[in-house]
Amino acid sequence: MIRFENITKALGGKTVLDRINFEVGAGETFVIVGLSGAGKSVTLKHMIRLMRPDSGSVVVDGGRIDHLGRSELRQVRSKFGVLFQSAALLQWMTVFDNVALPLREHTKMGEQEIARLVGEKLELLNLSDAGDKFPADLSGGMQKRVGLARAIIMNPKIVLYDEPTSGLDPVTSRRIDDLIMDMRKELGITSVVVTHDLHSALSIGSRIMMLHRGKIVENAAPSEFIRSKDPTVQSFLESQYITKKGKWETELSHE
Amino acid sequence: MRYPARSARRVGGKVLQVLHNTGHALFMLLEATAFVRFLFTKRSRAETAMQMYVTGIKSLVVISVVALFTGMILALQTGLELRRYGQEVYIGSAVAVSMIREMGPFMTGLIIAASVGSAIAAQLGTMTVSEEIAALEVMSINPNRFLVMPRLVALAVMMPILTVYTNILGILGGAVVGATQLGVSVQSYMDNATKFATNKDLYVGLFKAVVFGIVIATVACHQGFMTTEGAVGVGKATRRAVILSFLIILVLGYMITRLFYI
Ligand SMILES: Nc1ncnc2c1ncn2[C@@H]1O[C@H](COP(=O)(O)OP(=O)(O)O)[C@@H](O)[C@H]1O
Ligand SMILES: [Mg+2]
Repeated sequence: MIRFENITKALGGKTVLDRINFEVGAGETFVIVGLSGAGKSVTLKHMIRLMRPDSGSVVVDGGRIDHLGRSELRQVRSKFGVLFQSAALLQWMTVFDNVALPLREHTKMGEQEIARLVGEKLELLNLSDAGDKFPADLSGGMQKRVGLARAIIMNPKIVLYDEPTSGLDPVTSRRIDDLIMDMRKELGITSVVVTHDLHSALSIGSRIMMLHRGKIVENAAPSEFIRSKDPTVQSFLESQYITKKGKWETELSHE
Repeated sequence: MRYPARSARRVGGKVLQVLHNTGHALFMLLEATAFVRFLFTKRSRAETAMQMYVTGIKSLVVISVVALFTGMILALQTGLELRRYGQEVYIGSAVAVSMIREMGPFMTGLIIAASVGSAIAAQLGTMTVSEEIAALEVMSINPNRFLVMPRLVALAVMMPILTVYTNILGILGGAVVGATQLGVSVQSYMDNATKFATNKDLYVGLFKAVVFGIVIATVACHQGFMTTEGAVGVGKATRRAVILSFLIILVLGYMITRLFYI
């Protein structure tokens, strides 16, 4: 569904991605982990052409997206919903208007139908009472849920999440994890999730890829990921108290 | 590398950077201008009206004070000079012509750049660093239509309106000084003022106002979009937007006067 072929990208004189190759299959929940500054957000930005590679090609649904013109790009982007790290809600609009924005901009729907669809998504994300509030009045977790409601309002095939749980309390984090898994189960959405929360990565991911110093150091199913021989992966696992003998080993071996 | 070669290269790099940014800003302006055709869609209309309202409200008090005193200073300054020749009555035309032709659009431009231009740069800068602009792009909502066009239209329309207001207050301020300090009756001040100010002065002044409005909107939006490095960057972008607007207003003001009066 999304394929990176030999992607290289330098930013500020530093090679952030160094000949990266990987593929995200349809229906997967593909998780990208790595330390801060490893290039996770940069990788996501290439998928929707907020950034262009210096060399190599990005393929979405069988077509290269790095040389598209405007109208074709619009078509490709309509396949995506994106939840940004900061939620990226428009501050001067209410929650309702934020979620309704793509419908108002891209469809000829009447206000009644818009209200129905927006209401549906707000309910799905437990935000029914928040419609009239402004983003500044919401907690971080609520803002992210509003961002997610906006990301899926046009029923995209692929949703990208940039650190959906960072800065949230553990309970809210698990709720967001559940939501991501529901998207996959109920709507068949392909997800790419950037996180440095390994617990979340192991519970939602169908595949986990770790970036380090511009390279992919591991790309495997969760059960193999925790057995990785790579020293970077091992120290990353240990830093979050995940050991082979712990709970994850037993849980993941039942799959 | 030897020092001169290195600094030459650095200067060359800076020049290229400035050219590149200018091209970028002009492209943004052109695209936003092309989007004016969407002005009367429901959503753009509301946003533009909002921007016009904000522009007027944000600047009204300052503009009123500055306009009054500009007229008063002009009247006092020229009045004292003219009194030596017993020609005080000509302060009417002196104030009216300089206000309408030069000082009205100039002062209004500076105030709008400092109050409204800075606010636009700060808002769009904040949106840029908090990924809101990226979010708009991913939703295929063109920021040049969604954000730039309404601000461009609002400033291009409000600048001449506010300039007329500045002119009126400035001329009134001059009349007050004339009546209280120089013994020129309001009646003869006004007669003199209307006799010498031409329609051409008015048109050129309003033309300047429109140009300044476009400059302020373009510079502010562009600096906002170029913001990097978080909150610090927003501060920098705001300051750059104001200074750059001031400079361009000064230079263009001079060039437009030259164009029409020489
Ligand atoms: N627009 C940019 N300009 C310059 N450098 C950038 C830019 N975006 C990201 N970088 C740099 O690229 C590296 C990877 O960034 P990013 O992908 O945001 O990291 P993360 O994995 O934490 O999401 C960092 O060193 C960052 O400083
Ligand atoms: Mg990031």
